[in-house]
Amino acid sequence: MCALKLVLIVALVTLAAAPAAAQDRPRHGGELVFVVPSSPPSYDAHREETFGTIHPIAPHYNTLLRTDPGDRTGSRVVGDLAESWSISRDGRTYTLKLRRGVKFHDGSEMTSRDVKASYDKIIFPPAGVASNRKGEYVVVEAVQAPDPYTVVFRLKWPQASFLNSLASPWNWIYKADILARDMRWYETHVMGTGPFLFVEHVKGSHWVGKRNPNYWDRGKPYLDGYRAIFMTDSAAQVAAIRGERAMIQFRGFSPAERDSLVQALGKRVTVQESPWNCLILVAINHEKKPFDDRRVRRALTLALDRYQGSAALSKIAIVKEVGGVQAPGTPFATPPQELEKLAGYWRDIGKSRAEARRLLKEAGIPDGFSFTYKNRGIPMPYEPVGVWLIDQWRQIGLNVRQEVVEPAAYYGQVLRPGNFEVAADFQCGYTVEPDLDLYKFQSKEISHSNYSRYTDRVLDELYEKQSRATDPEERRRLIREFERRLLDEEAHYLYTLQWHRIIPHSARVRGWTITPSHYLNQQLDTVWLAE
Amino acid sequence: MAVRPADVSEVAAVGPERRWLAVVRDFARRRPLGAVGAAIVLLNVLVAVGADLLAPYDPLATDYAAMLARPSMAHWLGTDAFGRDVLARIIYGSRTAMLVGFSCAFLGATIGTVIGVASAYFGGKVDLILQRVMDIFLSFPLIILALAVVSILGTGVANVIMAITVPMIPRAGLVARSSALAIREMPYVDAARAAGYRHRRIILRHMLPNVMAPYLILLTAYLGQAILLEASLSFLGLGVSEPTPAWGLMLRGAAVQFAETAPWMAIFPGLAISLAVFAFNLFGDSLRDSLDPRLRTQ
Amino acid sequence: MLRYIVKRLLLMIPTLLAVAVLVFFLMRVVPGDIVELRFAGESAFASKENLDKERVRLGLDRPVWQQFLSWMGGILRLDFGTSMWTGAPILEEIRLRFALSLQLAIMATLIAVLLAVPLGIVAAIKQDTCVDYAVRIFSIAGLATPSFWLGILFILTLLIVFRWLPPMLYTPFWVSPAQNLAQLIWPALAVGYRYSAVATRMTRSAMLEVLREDYIRTARAKGLWEKLILSRHALKNAMLPVLTVIALEFAFLMGGLVVTEQVFNLNGLGLLFVESVAHRDYTLTQALVLLVAFVFIFVNFLVDLAYAWIDPRIRFR
Repeated sequence: MCALKLVLIVALVTLAAAPAAAQDRPRHGGELVFVVPSSPPSYDAHREETFGTIHPIAPHYNTLLRTDPGDRTGSRVVGDLAESWSISRDGRTYTLKLRRGVKFHDGSEMTSRDVKASYDKIIFPPAGVASNRKGEYVVVEAVQAPDPYTVVFRLKWPQASFLNSLASPWNWIYKADILARDMRWYETHVMGTGPFLFVEHVKGSHWVGKRNPNYWDRGKPYLDGYRAIFMTDSAAQVAAIRGERAMIQFRGFSPAERDSLVQALGKRVTVQESPWNCLILVAINHEKKPFDDRRVRRALTLALDRYQGSAALSKIAIVKEVGGVQAPGTPFATPPQELEKLAGYWRDIGKSRAEARRLLKEAGIPDGFSFTYKNRGIPMPYEPVGVWLIDQWRQIGLNVRQEVVEPAAYYGQVLRPGNFEVAADFQCGYTVEPDLDLYKFQSKEISHSNYSRYTDRVLDELYEKQSRATDPEERRRLIREFERRLLDEEAHYLYTLQWHRIIPHSARVRGWTITPSHYLNQQLDTVWLAE
Repeated sequence: MAVRPADVSEVAAVGPERRWLAVVRDFARRRPLGAVGAAIVLLNVLVAVGADLLAPYDPLATDYAAMLARPSMAHWLGTDAFGRDVLARIIYGSRTAMLVGFSCAFLGATIGTVIGVASAYFGGKVDLILQRVMDIFLSFPLIILALAVVSILGTGVANVIMAITVPMIPRAGLVARSSALAIREMPYVDAARAAGYRHRRIILRHMLPNVMAPYLILLTAYLGQAILLEASLSFLGLGVSEPTPAWGLMLRGAAVQFAETAPWMAIFPGLAISLAVFAFNLFGDSLRDSLDPRLRTQ
Repeated sequence: MLRYIVKRLLLMIPTLLAVAVLVFFLMRVVPGDIVELRFAGESAFASKENLDKERVRLGLDRPVWQQFLSWMGGILRLDFGTSMWTGAPILEEIRLRFALSLQLAIMATLIAVLLAVPLGIVAAIKQDTCVDYAVRIFSIAGLATPSFWLGILFILTLLIVFRWLPPMLYTPFWVSPAQNLAQLIWPALAVGYRYSAVATRMTRSAMLEVLREDYIRTARAKGLWEKLILSRHALKNAMLPVLTVIALEFAFLMGGLVVTEQVFNLNGLGLLFVESVAHRDYTLTQALVLLVAFVFIFVNFLVDLAYAWIDPRIRFR
């Protein structure tokens, strides 16, 4: 019975994935109602870190470049406000041509001045203005606007990932005149060029947008408008979709929630799934004994049966794929046969755990050795992953207690001051890109978020080399070397399972494609509603 | 009228060795509901104590081959999302529940009663100040107090006990004070004061025995509340941590997600909580009827 | 009487002040900080320089006593400031949620009273009979059911059996009574049931007390109801503790319904409360605690007035 249900679901999923995109023609009209499991702190995406700002507000804006709304890997860069671009031979000058006739919602024309002002705010903020993403753009020397429809980025050195950075979903283009008057205006107001106009925001309740009749991309958007409903409780979110009071929630649901929606709504629900570019890492504090010993760290990773964990946990939590330092299915992902050579990824778990026990013995760790795993107080998927880890470590004779720490205190009180032995850490990016994903593993002197607190000059050097490698093959090789050192030889950090994004939504919602990031593809210009 | 242990006094004349038995028998006859409650409570305590003997499985042992298994001969109440035996976890969870329940109720009722009696006895400025302090704690939202305690001290059983006890104290204090006030006005207390007896002697000899009834009632009432509060805190993620077996924890996360497909994960721990709280209240209610129908426990 | 009222009103001030001091310092003792949470947290690129800038902006770099004084100064001018999380004025954040919570509290109270008073009276009159047992089991079951459980049960029943879900967005009663009630009646029932359990027990024991008064005991043979009506004064007195319980519960509902609001997705004070604490939004949390404390103290004040009105001796204590 249970197995049959599962088969059915899998069949539905595969069936649903195929016809969602093509075939029928987009239809105009209708209001998209979606649920947002968070709410925006401020309206300014340049400074916020949460999808709670992106989901309701991104439809009011455009970015310079964006990822193709139909690309499931979320990595193909296409133009948004920029029509075309060229890269100089030395890889240090990016010249972008802007579309003409793009209007802000107040009717004024958008020009390169606005783009420059927006990027200057992010990369070179004036004194007193904080910009969180400054660090991502250290490579930029200057942003120039030689004429109203051309923007030039000059780099200090070539960077393989720079085009991706210009497609960041956080870098909305604001109006230069407004920024000149008040750098903080955008925290409480909306004024963009995007496909939808702002209607209202009721705090804690909902956000409403309506169609921009003068949108530069003729014929779009298809929707008359949208309504984003803020809802923190996941059971309430499922109920909203199930009761057909909302059509979609763009962050993701758990497997159990998917199953109950599919069971209840049958054909009226479409399921899209994708590996998710987020994962829980395990930081091992090198400053606490015995975790300064690489044998002990290696034993911790060798104890994990990731393949069985994937099969089991993917039924109950939003984790699934077993992968290395790059999400599976993406250009720099580790091929399975190479992955299997890394410690903790061996196919033979018996051998792996025997090796773990041997290493522990060699390091002088007694059987039943006890330590505390600190976990972040977020139920999904921290809780199941935590329970799984503790159980896995128990199998090599380690006695691990869990201490759950409230999210507000987690980074400030646990990770940053190094107040733990072994603890959950997290990484999540808007695009799968080694520069962004590997940055944190550099030595603690460079990376403020190296919570394992080690210094490893070899890794630093490898990071820099891969970042400047313009030849993909060369870069791939360097990334593998980085990975081997990080996860196997030194076992500085442990990778658990890759997150898995599951979006069951009303079958009426068309023209929206899942990507590995819940930050991407939220402009809603291509989305339409079927009858 | 003073607080008079109405029903119990009638059997108090029997010889000391048979007295308890008689009290119990009398209670069971007059208050069948209360007796049922007491029996369930007793059962609960026994289960908690004998968990090691009773539990069919190790409550921490995972079994990925038997995840979310429905109730069967092998797993009477099914298994949870990690293949852990639900029955074993409920049995061990009763330890957490009883530990939290009894500690909180005992601490909350005792400290509250002491403060309430002192407040009533001394009156005047002492009373006024103690009352204001209690007002402050009473008006402070319970969830904030619990959150503050848990955030400052961290999670874990001892801290959860603290988080639940702190808000109980002023509530117990109020009840104890109003009972004590009534006694304080009694002629014999006035007489004792006039005769120049020490405060301590008057409080111990005359006041405390007379607030024993409300104290016992508070104790039983708080037992149930503490168990429920522990479950709510755990449900909100502020209680004890996995993998410790605890009823509120079992209702959290996966239990909600699988509410339809694997309802046993939510139903049985929920029933365990309800049954325990129900039994404590049933017993407490009848105890109140027996000891003092006038008392206003909340 | 007037002197008594004024005295009681004045007594509220030091209590509120103490609550203000307590919450202010408690929030700062609790580990965790809004800047770290919002801007550093998961970000790999967070820098100390940035965090410091944000701290300066929120005034968190100033010495605690300075922060306290400027906050107290604001309150004296009835200016609660802006939320540290959203930057919006506190009053704007609270207004809408207050309306919802107030309405829900009133509805739950009505349901509770309508259930509790008749049930409690009947149970007392028929003490130790089947009727009494049934009422007690019903009311204790209300106490013993975790509210989150009951809420989930309600939602699932509506969804599975009736294939219908209450509206998700709050519509003020005067805009559309039907929409408004369709959303709020379910949580009101779930909360009201639990609440009625407390009130039923109190009514029952209060009634028992009245029934044990000697003159009623002797008159038991004659029509009990007439006797009850005759002893209106005793009844009025006995109902005071019931009133106390109802008032205390009412105050609790105005900010304590965290789980219920979560399960029913209500934009009320309870959730705002938990969120503001989780965000370490000091200004908002402080304002909310003061608001809830004020409601509590004020409701208590009303109860005391009722006491004083019914039993003038209390005034002179």
